[in-house]
Amino acid sequence: MKALGTPEVRELSYAEAIREALDIALDRDDRVFLMGEDIGVYGGAFQVTGDLVEKHGPDRVMDTPISELGGAGVAVGAAMTGMKPIFEFQFADFAALAMEQIANQAAKARFMLGGSVSVPVVMRFPAGSGTGAAAQHSQSIEAWLGHVPGLKVVQPSVPEDAKGLVLAALEDSDPVMIFEHKILYKMKGHVPAGYYTTPIGKAAVRRTGANLTIVATSVMVWRAIEAAETLAAEGIDAEVVDLRSIRPMDRETVLESVRKTGRLICVYEGVKTLGVGAEVSAMVAESDAFDFLDAPIVRLGGADSPIPYNPQLEKAVVPQVSDILVAARDLTGGRI
Amino acid sequence: MPETNIPYVIRAYRPSALKEALMKMYLIRKFEEGAEESYMRGLIHGTMHLSIGQEASAVGSCMALTDEDKITSTHRGHGHCIAKGADLGRMFAEFFGKETGYCRGRGGSMHIADPSKGNLGANGIVGGGFPIAVGAALSAKKLGTGAVTICFFGDGAGNEGAFHESLNIAAIWKLPVVFVCENNGYGMSTSTERSTAVKRIADRATSYSMPGAIVDGNDFNAVTEAVDASVAWARAREGPSLVEARTYRLRGHSKSDRNRYRTREEITQWMERDPIPRFADLLIAHKVITRKAVRDLEDAAAKTIAEAIEFASASPDPRVEEATKYVYAERVPA
Repeated sequence: MKALGTPEVRELSYAEAIREALDIALDRDDRVFLMGEDIGVYGGAFQVTGDLVEKHGPDRVMDTPISELGGAGVAVGAAMTGMKPIFEFQFADFAALAMEQIANQAAKARFMLGGSVSVPVVMRFPAGSGTGAAAQHSQSIEAWLGHVPGLKVVQPSVPEDAKGLVLAALEDSDPVMIFEHKILYKMKGHVPAGYYTTPIGKAAVRRTGANLTIVATSVMVWRAIEAAETLAAEGIDAEVVDLRSIRPMDRETVLESVRKTGRLICVYEGVKTLGVGAEVSAMVAESDAFDFLDAPIVRLGGADSPIPYNPQLEKAVVPQVSDILVAARDLTGGRI
Repeated sequence: MPETNIPYVIRAYRPSALKEALMKMYLIRKFEEGAEESYMRGLIHGTMHLSIGQEASAVGSCMALTDEDKITSTHRGHGHCIAKGADLGRMFAEFFGKETGYCRGRGGSMHIADPSKGNLGANGIVGGGFPIAVGAALSAKKLGTGAVTICFFGDGAGNEGAFHESLNIAAIWKLPVVFVCENNGYGMSTSTERSTAVKRIADRATSYSMPGAIVDGNDFNAVTEAVDASVAWARAREGPSLVEARTYRLRGHSKSDRNRYRTREEITQWMERDPIPRFADLLIAHKVITRKAVRDLEDAAAKTIAEAIEFASASPDPRVEEATKYVYAERVPA
């Protein structure tokens, strides 16, 4: 028998975990409502909102016209005036249509107006490649938004965090952008029942290790763990740090790990150039952890290319488990 | 005199409210002149967009609003702020980049906001305020506050995508928002004839199934009558509407304007249609105020502006160590 107060733990998919967070949020707070294209009876392009409209009604699970700029901006305006909207982009790529409201309005309003307003808006972005959706439906644009002061940007990799970060985003007074990887939506994992939050700006060590640190985001966390298991059999003990939040970034957890292992690989799906890995690398290089490095830092990121359609090409432009293995063996000389 | 020949504002508003409106128009004019002069004296280091000549549309549009009602404004927004009750000292302080300014010196001319008065802010992005205004109207509907939002925009903004997306959303969700177009004939140097496919921006209201009206934007009575009707329509939960106020900015677009796209004759003709003396004459004709009292108002406005400039000049600058304060609710370590 479970002790009182122990949260019930069940298996839910990543999409179900987000839906549960949205459901809880809608139950808890009248100010919360959802907006997005086809999130009502259709259930969302990736069935994240599912049947929420049946329980909460079309006034709280609002289908918008195909107007990303208008829709996102309405969410910004509603957030400035007392509501807590959660806006779903159908695909992260479509945020390009709304960048004005995200980068010029939501991100800057508090600062530009001297702290007199808050924009507690939450935006959700189904992102990433691997679904054969090609160049305009597969991008990882988190670094675009991560470059904008005023925004917070998170990338849950497991169902538990997907739920906890949605609920944490709603507690936050600032605009929070949640990047959800499309190929994670069906992935199952333990998810505590009820209300809880996952802290924004805090990384999670998914696997401890002594010889090598792999800092990864989103789906790359799983590839890093898979690689780490293979490497363990070869005597290379890799630590996997799931960044979870790219703005703010958990500097201490990353530096602490690098101080311990002396080697660093950054793995992320976004374009390598000027990306998340560049920031992580620079953070280490600029700190005392640099003195602990026994080898150069390695970045494994997306190619400088749009995402191609052909499945072999699509895989070729983003890091795979095999790429991590090659880099890790190279970095450690195949042994420790 | 038959009731129908008495102008709307004389019938609808008490003399005290009308005198206050005239005072606000003078304050806007003197504010803009004071801003121009301060710029010449080197007290302002950024640019500015003056609304001299557009005072009637700013003040007339806000007549039926309370502090609960919201506005979103534009880069040419000083008049809207004053119409919505902003403190002039804090406005000048913002202009001068001071800590006592509305944005603590972080925003400047294009970002003055005063949420306590329902002013959600001017905007440096043409069309930036459209969806924000619609969002504010959505909040009002959801929270049941009965508040109305006025979204000020210029003729140039009517060609932004945000205009079309926002009017459509406001219409399908029947939101309490009034879109007030201050059509001053030019988006920077490009005339509406050269930039806009329709001759009347109000015609675009038809595309979004909402009422649209055109008024002489330099006629306080006409602006107020039209916008009041739109505000009443919104309060009655009938949804959004659009009012196009035809007006003119007597100064250039900004400080970089060399005035090469319009003629002196054109400017002179519009000076003869100055909205402030027109409104003053209307009030005098209907015995709301005497000519002597009008002169006193104007003098009082000038004095208020001088005091506001003095307050701003004497105010402290923000501290350099706090340059990035307010980026987030809580400061995040760099």
